Amino acid sequence: MGSEIPIAVTVNGVRHQRSVEPRLLLSDFLRHDLQLTGTHVGCEHGVCGVCTVLLDGEAVRSCLMFAVQADGGEILTVEGLATGNGDDLHPLQRAFRDAHALQCGFCTPGLLMTLVPFLREHPNPGDPEIREALSGNLCRCTGYQNIVEAVKAAARP
Amino acid sequence: MAPKTTAEVGGMGHAIKRKEDPRFIRGQGRYVDDITLPGMLYLDIVRSPYAHAKIKAIRTEQALKVPGVLAVITGETLAQYNLHWMPTLMSDTQMVLPTEKVMYQAQEVAGVIATSRYAAADGVDAVEVDYEPLPVVVDPFKALEPGAPVLRTDKKDKKDNRIFHWEVGDRAGTDRAFTEADVKVTQHIYLPRIHVASIETCGCVADFDRVRGKLTVYMTTQAPHAIRTVVALVAGHVGLSEEKIRIVSPDIGGGFGGKVPVYPGYVIAIAASVVTGHPVKWIEDRMENLQADSFARDYHIRAELAAKKDGTMTALRIKTVADHGYADAAANPSKFPAGLFSICTGSYGFKNAFAEVDGVYTNKPPGGIAYRCSFRVTEAVHTIERMADVLAQELKLDPADLRLKNFIPPEKFPYRSALGWEYDSGNYAGALKKAMEKIGYAQLRKEQAEKRKRGELMGIGISSFTEIVGAGPSKQFDILGIKMFDSCEIRVHPTGKATARFGTKSQGQGHETTYAQIVAEELGIPAAHVEVEEGDTDTAPYGLGTYASRSTPTAGAAGAMAARKIREKAKKIAAHLLEVGEEDLVWELGKFSVTGAPQKSKTIQEIAFAAYTNHPQGMEAGLEAVSYYDPPNLTFPFGSYICVVDIDRGTGEVKIRRFVAVDDCGNIINPMIVDGQIHGGLTMGMAPALLEEISYDENGNIQGGSFMDYLLPTAVETPKWETDKTVTPSPHHPLGAKGVGESATVGAPPAIVNAVVDALAHLGVRHIDIPITPEKVWRILKEKGVAE
Amino acid sequence: MIPAAFDYHAPESLSDALALLDQHGEDAKVLAGGMSLLPMLKIRLAQVGHLVDIGRIPGLEYAKEEGGFLKIGAATKEAALERSDLIRSKYPILLDTAAVIADPLVRNRATVGGNLAHGDPANDHPATMLALGASVVVRGPKGERAIPVDQFFRGLFTTALASNEILTEIRIPVPPARSGGAYLKLERKVGDFATAGAAAQVTLGAGGAIEKAGIGLTNAGPTPIKAVEAEKFLAGKRPDDQTLQEAGRLAARAASPSPDRRGAADYKREMARVLTVRALKAAIRRAGGPS
Repeated sequence: MGSEIPIAVTVNGVRHQRSVEPRLLLSDFLRHDLQLTGTHVGCEHGVCGVCTVLLDGEAVRSCLMFAVQADGGEILTVEGLATGNGDDLHPLQRAFRDAHALQCGFCTPGLLMTLVPFLREHPNPGDPEIREALSGNLCRCTGYQNIVEAVKAAARP
Repeated sequence: MAPKTTAEVGGMGHAIKRKEDPRFIRGQGRYVDDITLPGMLYLDIVRSPYAHAKIKAIRTEQALKVPGVLAVITGETLAQYNLHWMPTLMSDTQMVLPTEKVMYQAQEVAGVIATSRYAAADGVDAVEVDYEPLPVVVDPFKALEPGAPVLRTDKKDKKDNRIFHWEVGDRAGTDRAFTEADVKVTQHIYLPRIHVASIETCGCVADFDRVRGKLTVYMTTQAPHAIRTVVALVAGHVGLSEEKIRIVSPDIGGGFGGKVPVYPGYVIAIAASVVTGHPVKWIEDRMENLQADSFARDYHIRAELAAKKDGTMTALRIKTVADHGYADAAANPSKFPAGLFSICTGSYGFKNAFAEVDGVYTNKPPGGIAYRCSFRVTEAVHTIERMADVLAQELKLDPADLRLKNFIPPEKFPYRSALGWEYDSGNYAGALKKAMEKIGYAQLRKEQAEKRKRGELMGIGISSFTEIVGAGPSKQFDILGIKMFDSCEIRVHPTGKATARFGTKSQGQGHETTYAQIVAEELGIPAAHVEVEEGDTDTAPYGLGTYASRSTPTAGAAGAMAARKIREKAKKIAAHLLEVGEEDLVWELGKFSVTGAPQKSKTIQEIAFAAYTNHPQGMEAGLEAVSYYDPPNLTFPFGSYICVVDIDRGTGEVKIRRFVAVDDCGNIINPMIVDGQIHGGLTMGMAPALLEEISYDENGNIQGGSFMDYLLPTAVETPKWETDKTVTPSPHHPLGAKGVGESATVGAPPAIVNAVVDALAHLGVRHIDIPITPEKVWRILKEKGVAE
Repeated sequence: MIPAAFDYHAPESLSDALALLDQHGEDAKVLAGGMSLLPMLKIRLAQVGHLVDIGRIPGLEYAKEEGGFLKIGAATKEAALERSDLIRSKYPILLDTAAVIADPLVRNRATVGGNLAHGDPANDHPATMLALGASVVVRGPKGERAIPVDQFFRGLFTTALASNEILTEIRIPVPPARSGGAYLKLERKVGDFATAGAAAQVTLGAGGAIEKAGIGLTNAGPTPIKAVEAEKFLAGKRPDDQTLQEAGRLAARAASPSPDRRGAADYKREMARVLTVRALKAAIRRAGGPS
């Protein structure tokens, strides 16, 4: 049982082919097989959202998916948001730092990945909309307020 | 060119951006589970389904057949090395792995070592354990009754379940004051078990190098140095000697007190690495984290307050039963079994007070740690701030007026409290008046009166808290004998840049930024040029770690003192370079110049270069200093919070409409970071007030052991906080600063409870225990006949 | 939290999927969005031999009006429902429902069909579908059949779906003019299952009286509950407060909730009442009736 299955996924623009156990979680595949440890794991039962990545442009919890389900898909992780080390940050990344929207940094990658598509669909969001969009991500440090401010700042042209 | 203002160097009081953020926003933080070492094995843990049971047999044959499983470690395995028990920080003992019986549900029973996390999980599933259930003691009051099953049968002389009895204050004087009082109010308050639930769980990678005999442990710890000493004390007899132990605290995903204790998983991983010679990783999952790691609170409080008719508070008497689970695994200073609960006289000038606490064993996980607070301060503040409202209600006084009447006035500081603390500084009325003005208190009271006429339920709650943080002075504060100083070592390099290492460990507080600001302020070296390091016991100076809002009061002070030592030496070098006497030099930010000839000066960078290239004859080269700072007193941050709630008469839901927080933490290092700490603290104060609770059924089965039932607030439940400040510097801290990370967690809950009770006060409601769930409120509404 | 090992199949057609289900019988389980199934597998509350992932079968994601029905493909994501112009403009009750299911991240993966097929009385769509008088279309080895949703839920986590059948579509009769619906959920926090939830769908007659009412309750018993007595009571009545209160009482009487961390049975029953009344008021407002 559980015989390995070949999969091919594109992560941050790079195509990876691997043979994986069907039960291998996408989060473990990213973190351990591909060594992309920017995607974190916090609750493993679909509440905290720190494992969020983009699959074909949609924010999904990578701990609630098997890697085999992502076969053929295109994944973006936090490492793919800004590729260099210089000033090429995503507007949300810059806004998070400017607005002090992170403290321990553990939930930050999941929040960023949740917010990237949200901001695309809601270019000028209000507070309630932003708070609703954040409601699948837990943060224990910031009290969310500066995250809301960061989203508004990132939305401003 | 020397800087002209501290803003240029990012000194005290400036909202510079955080130095740690660039790596975090790119996903380049390095947390413990991100560490992979060659040949690394994985530990997973078998846990007890019973709260109290004898272990009859542990069968490992099937588990060892699981592909990838290499070993199963049991209590018997560890007993061979006498490592099956370990001391707690409170000089109690707890099991690493049991040999005879389990004492709580989810207790560690065996460890499975495998080549992958998946194989280890399969191995855990395949371990078979035979249990014989034993009578379960859940209720701490029943645990104290004669005839209750004695839980700690491992302690030969133990004949009951009482861990300690602790008392403070003048019992007789307080009793007398109660006899003479015009008014007495009594209230039972229960503060339930809660869990810090940092978003990163606990874990470690233990790596024993057999050739060098050196153990390196990467672990989620708030106190790496203390952990190193504890490991040496516990495992010295098997050859782990302190100089051969290196504890590394990497980036930590939130601590809040939950990463102070030593958990059995760490010890099993270390043992497994020593035995196998491979690195062993253990990362607990969320359910293990909630079900087995140290809890907070669980205080059953009976409080009495005595007063004169006019509302002057005269005496406070408190009796508390503290449920510690099966072991006292709190992380208090050793001389304080109930932590700093004796701050319970709060912001008020009591003449008489007496408090007693009984610690009790039950069949629950061990603990008694803080939840983002300084050693039971939340329990103390909740008690006094609730009692203030109970008294106001009894006397039909406005709770703001009652507080203003009883505050310790600013001119009385330093103030000696009835329970023995010397409050360093405060202006309590200033903070409350500012909060009242900001929220429009008088107007809100009018609105409330009008709403009441229409049958609408709205409440306004105040909390005017005083904290006690920054443990602590060595005459009183130690953990297992180690005094609670903290440390800083600064090295100024030849090119004028600096490395500063501290004995603390940030878990999100932003030390890499704020400590650099302290050095910038003191030496004029830009914060951008000060590299702050913490958490590696091989490099950082010894310190007691980060918890209880102690980093700024202790290590931050050490940073200032070390910088001042460097300035002393820099002055000598400057005198040498400028060919004047030291007495002719004045220090301005970043340079020494000659009195009366300001054009003759040397910058700290020039001096640093000279310290390695052109230092005076007879002086040692280099520009470094170390400070171990023993604070003369604790710091006493304070504030006033006002909360406005609306209640849904149909569902019992409480909605926080507004929340104004005026905080005073003395001089501020980085206002942006302080504001962030307050936001987070308020949210962690609101959480247990309205949502979070861990409880147990009569069989000791945990209720609320996952995020499906242990309810962390999301952005939707969290209101928009309105923050403000007053500034009353600490007179004894070198920077005039106080701790701030926990003020809001401590101060917020009673403001919320007071607001809800206030909304229902006209119906005769005087108290509600937290968490205030919609159901609890609805039951009150129904009983009072006002439910929709 | 690691699931036990299983074999994985990703058929690309419905017939292949059905063949796999037929072949493996009770040892197989359909994987749709996986938002309920994965946590159960990870906590090892459930174990399966074969997972049949229907996520690659084309043609199961849509929401369209056709032949007097609103037809929703079973694999339609909740987030797609939230974005659908058709749903947003004509079926606010479905928008109400989708928008309170778990949290936004779950809704990006969770499917409408899965929400029904899981048979969990705590799920939100069942109550709404009961109020709307929906049917589900299921496909099996013997072909297709439609099951009225009030006959679909058989017990806790048990439905009329056989182990070799797949739910493919939800059909909702297009409501007549002067109809409106609303779904209200009381939850402890975002992401929680309902302490109680009530869906109400009404059609008003020309004179302003209620012509027809549908009421469904979430987490009010071992199965989703259709409050039949309340529905009957409302038919032909003017929607005044007293009538709606009585309907709320009748709906609550149909509830038999179990106590849990969300509340005791009496509280939950009362919340079913309160939410039913509020949902009815919102539905009537949306139908163009008095507010």
